[in-house]
Amino acid sequence: MPKIESSLFEIGVLDQLAFQDTPLHRIDPRIKLITTLCFIVTVVSYNHYEFSALLPLILYPIALSASGQLPGAYLWRKLLIASPFALLIGMFNPLFDHSTLLQIGGLSISGGWVSFASIMLRFTLTVSAALILVASTGFATVCMALGRMGISKVFTTQLLFLYRYIFILTDEGLRMMRARNLRSFDKRGTGLKIYGSMLGQLLLRTMDRAQRIHQAMLCRGFTGDIRLNRQFRLRSTDITFAAGWLTFFILARTCNLPLAVGQFVMGIAA
Amino acid sequence: MSHHIVEVCDLRYCYPDGTEALLGVDFRIHHGESVAIVGANGAGKSTLLLHLNGCLVPKVGQVRIGDCPLTPSTLQQIRRTVGMVFQDPDDQLFLPTVYDDVAFGPLNLGLPPDEVEARVRHALDTVNCEHLSKRPPYKLSGGEKRSVAIATVLAMSPDILVLDEPSSNLDPRTRRKLITLLQGFEHTKIIATHDLDMVMDVCERTIVFHKGKVLADGATRDIFSNDALLEQAHLERPLSMNGRG
Repeated sequence: MPKIESSLFEIGVLDQLAFQDTPLHRIDPRIKLITTLCFIVTVVSYNHYEFSALLPLILYPIALSASGQLPGAYLWRKLLIASPFALLIGMFNPLFDHSTLLQIGGLSISGGWVSFASIMLRFTLTVSAALILVASTGFATVCMALGRMGISKVFTTQLLFLYRYIFILTDEGLRMMRARNLRSFDKRGTGLKIYGSMLGQLLLRTMDRAQRIHQAMLCRGFTGDIRLNRQFRLRSTDITFAAGWLTFFILARTCNLPLAVGQFVMGIAA
Repeated sequence: MSHHIVEVCDLRYCYPDGTEALLGVDFRIHHGESVAIVGANGAGKSTLLLHLNGCLVPKVGQVRIGDCPLTPSTLQQIRRTVGMVFQDPDDQLFLPTVYDDVAFGPLNLGLPPDEVEARVRHALDTVNCEHLSKRPPYKLSGGEKRSVAIATVLAMSPDILVLDEPSSNLDPRTRRKLITLLQGFEHTKIIATHDLDMVMDVCERTIVFHKGKVLADGATRDIFSNDALLEQAHLERPLSMNGRG
């Protein structure tokens, strides 16, 4: 199971990236959250055969990761890890949709392939935007921003704790797994029955731990609110950031930029 | 300064599954005393500690902190007075950064941001962990976690410190640092532990638990020289006392 271990370590990298101090990191978390949400809505609002019109939106993740000094290779790897989900959703389109949509030279491209490409492009755009949000803000701060924007604190507190204890939970699971592997030979002891009781064991331990954490919280005066001593301040650069990108999204959504550029170039040539 | 007295009278507790953990415990700890609670596994040490700031409510008997008995209405006041450091720091450090965690208690007390800031700095400074303030707790070493867990409690300026196995899982040097740190505190200290050598260094008084009852209560040196008593309580003389009468 070292795979889980290493991918969790990679989550830690995401957190470390959030500790940098770049123009992107200094933007108010709420602004980044809103802009990211608007970006995602824009991306998914296109017609399912749309591909070329989506291309200008690639500018957003590229510009952000550049200004936030986020390592492209790392983000790309994270994208690849999540890509099977998108592949599964899109892979049947070319099989079922044979209507010819494009003719390039002698090659005819079916609608299925176009919509498949569109799905993959949208996946890349939305997931990279979300990754960039977390890498430039930090998970906890994203949770806080959600809270400030009126999302129920039950939800934001859960998210915060999920993130804090996922490391400990996997650690505990891995230790149990290791202990079992060391005492099972020739597949004996690795059956579903053992697995079930291990899961049960893990659940019980988790509940015990939850109780202890709750006691520790009560000891320090917890009354239902997680309070963090951080202030958010909206500055003019934040407003400019949001206004600039929102204008770009609207522009990209309302007119097909690649088409317009193409026609413009053709116009000059003619 | 009589208001930091910890008094336990005929305390009994039985877990919901029927395990009888405490069978009538009595003792009185005065202001500024440093007291070790020792005994075999399952003797009731941890159960006792959980009563001292109301994580568990006495079924029979009473716990008094200072002048007031521990009841639901005095709970908030008592939790402010009694700071509890849990055995597993991972249970105590639940926020995204060390700073947030140390600030959690003071913020819950409703203190103004400047005061919170000052308290966090001071608490982290006391345990020599100022440099960790921005780190996430899951990335710390065992010793660092323990120190930060102590800081989370110090930030609330308690008068009484209750520590459950503070020296477990620490390397010798970190353990030594912890001992020096504890010796420097002027708080009333109640420490449950199996580390009898630490008890020799930190606590002048020792209470021995056995099967849910107080077996002995007295000066640490006297208790650790009584071999028959130690044998009965599943304990051994600390290494530092071997060879000495």
